[in-house]
Amino acid sequence: MSSIGTGYDLSASQFSPDGRVFQVEYAMKAVENSGTIIGLKAKDGVILAAEKLILSKLHETGTNRRIFNIDTHIGMAVSGLIADARQIVEIARKEAAAYRTKYGTKIPVKFLNDRVSMYIHAYTLYSAIRPYGCSVILSSFDNDEPEMYTIDPSGVSFGFHGCATGKAKQSAKTEIEKLKLGNYTCKELVKEAAKIIYTVHDELKDKNFELELSWVCKDSKGVHEKVPDSVYSDAEKAAKQAMEADSESDTEDM
Amino acid sequence: MNMGNDWMDAAHSTGTSIMAAEFDGGVVIGADSRTTTGAYIANRVTDKLTKVTDHIYCCRSGSAADTQAIADIVSYHLNFHGMELGEEPPVEVGAAVFKELCYNYRDSLMAGILVAGWDKLKGGQIYSIPIGGMCVRQNVSIGGSGSSYVYGYVDANFKPKMSKEDCVKFVTNTLALAMSRDGSSGGVVRLGIITEKGIERRVILGTDLPKFYED
Amino acid sequence: MFDPTSNPPPFWQNGPAPGAFYNFPNTKSGPSDEFQHSQAPITTATSIVAIKYATGVIIAGDLLGSYGSLARYRNCPRVLQVNENIILGAGGDYGDFQYIKNFIEQKIVQEECLDDGFKLKPKSLYCWLTRVMYSCRSKFDPLWNNLVIGGIQDGEPFLGTVDKLGTAFTDKIICTGYGAHIAVPLLREAMEKNPNMSKDEAKALVEKSMEVLFYRDARSFPKYQVAIIDQNEGSVIEGPLVVKQNWSLAHMISGYN
Repeated sequence: MSSIGTGYDLSASQFSPDGRVFQVEYAMKAVENSGTIIGLKAKDGVILAAEKLILSKLHETGTNRRIFNIDTHIGMAVSGLIADARQIVEIARKEAAAYRTKYGTKIPVKFLNDRVSMYIHAYTLYSAIRPYGCSVILSSFDNDEPEMYTIDPSGVSFGFHGCATGKAKQSAKTEIEKLKLGNYTCKELVKEAAKIIYTVHDELKDKNFELELSWVCKDSKGVHEKVPDSVYSDAEKAAKQAMEADSESDTEDM
Repeated sequence: MNMGNDWMDAAHSTGTSIMAAEFDGGVVIGADSRTTTGAYIANRVTDKLTKVTDHIYCCRSGSAADTQAIADIVSYHLNFHGMELGEEPPVEVGAAVFKELCYNYRDSLMAGILVAGWDKLKGGQIYSIPIGGMCVRQNVSIGGSGSSYVYGYVDANFKPKMSKEDCVKFVTNTLALAMSRDGSSGGVVRLGIITEKGIERRVILGTDLPKFYED
Repeated sequence: MFDPTSNPPPFWQNGPAPGAFYNFPNTKSGPSDEFQHSQAPITTATSIVAIKYATGVIIAGDLLGSYGSLARYRNCPRVLQVNENIILGAGGDYGDFQYIKNFIEQKIVQEECLDDGFKLKPKSLYCWLTRVMYSCRSKFDPLWNNLVIGGIQDGEPFLGTVDKLGTAFTDKIICTGYGAHIAVPLLREAMEKNPNMSKDEAKALVEKSMEVLFYRDARSFPKYQVAIIDQNEGSVIEGPLVVKQNWSLAHMISGYN
């Protein structure tokens, strides 16, 4: 995708002669430098998982989260520049709160997605500002209906059954495509999500990472939350076992 | 005030009997058709059942000017919101928008509104928003000056999950009784039956109203 | 209009304007417009009965929304679980109560979003509501309510109340409206005899108070809810409960002499 902008890449408010906005494409590059996040839709809810890369041995576990609550029933996983993403989280929360006061009910995630997309898109139109260097995944479970959307730095958004952004989005998507998503319950799918994050993690380039898992589903009573500790450790264990089994079979092959 | 000419300075108000009742599959809404200016009947065939969206209607009581303005504003908001949402807003949301206006401007408005309609989430619903701007869901609700005379009748005769025609009969009877005892209510009974399919409007002329004891 | 979702303005700049100790600089204070606020409660709810017992707090309120003397709305719940350590009861204007309820709920949602492990505590909510109520009365636009806040803080039961003027206090026994006249003496006597009441004893006492209030308060209703918060058992809302009534007295009365 990336080519040299030859002078047409200095501003988001200018097209290149072949109709591209390079600043936006560079923003997408920023996303590709960050840890992978994935979202998986189950029969009874949505799972978000993040590979949070740890840059320092002094990092405190559980801080600098990549998955946020937007409203009780909506979660957001972010990839890209984390500081940019936090601002998106803030406006999503404000949008959700405003909807509650105005319309007296929880915001439908479809509506929130439209609003956040519009906001991100607005940042691709002007010369004085820089587009957001982050992609987000929105998850919700409302009226017994699991829903999931991703928004990228251009402000484009799509609904998905399974999606991935960040460093290893390609291999993560390949892994997700292997799953029969419609058949899983959230409980089962958490393990798959953990496995995928472990599988796509590049041990050579990025030494340490922390797995983040959240869900919003029937079991959590429609509330978006970190998965309970027991579920988390089971999923992590399953992922590690799968990795070991994998590497064993690899060595046998050799 | 000059008692003989109260119509000269009194405001148009829908001194009213309005009502809504849930039945199996939707709601029946109903209202009398009298608008008074003091004791003068400014309009004897008023339509107090006002469309907000295809599946949400409101029954208006209080100041005609206030309630029409509110209904227009809410209608604008809900239709706009419906476009953003890509589907019709739920009745609950309609009621919340009415409530927000009625509550925030409670010191300057004279409006008692019943919001009724159907949506796919919760079926037929009725929300009552009286003068102070509170909002509560009810299975059956009455409002306006005439309602005071028929609380007993409603409590005695309303049954949850009636058939459509039973419910229509019940609403008609209640309104006829209210209209016969309330000087500020009268004329014809206007009805609306809101179901998944939309609204079916009916009018029962003053001469065709059910008769009760009249001595 | 007071916006509970936004942060209060900076605490100190050039001192407070007269009559507005909460709304400080950069915001208009006092009667900010020509508009005459002369509101009165419309749809009203009557007494709240609340007591502390050894390990928790009980708050009870009936389900009636009165419209003048008309018992118009018979399903108006007005005791809430705010979060896992706070319960709240309210009397007075039901529209104002719904407004307060909405912004408290919004506050809780915001807090849960942060997910930092901290939960709003009863004393904090109590103190904050004090400021909300006083701020509104200082604009001559009071929220016409009596609020009763209960909860567990630092392992101790807490019970406090705020009224429409912002007047606030804490006590072992708090009753509002008719309850302040009728239920308080009953509750005080019982509590003097048995200062360390168990939950069941406290519940029975509240039940009795609701019965007496039903006999003597013309705006009361025989269906009510109770919110209970307990150190060991967490919080629940029970109900609708029905007032047990005894009218056998009537047989002993005939004529008026």
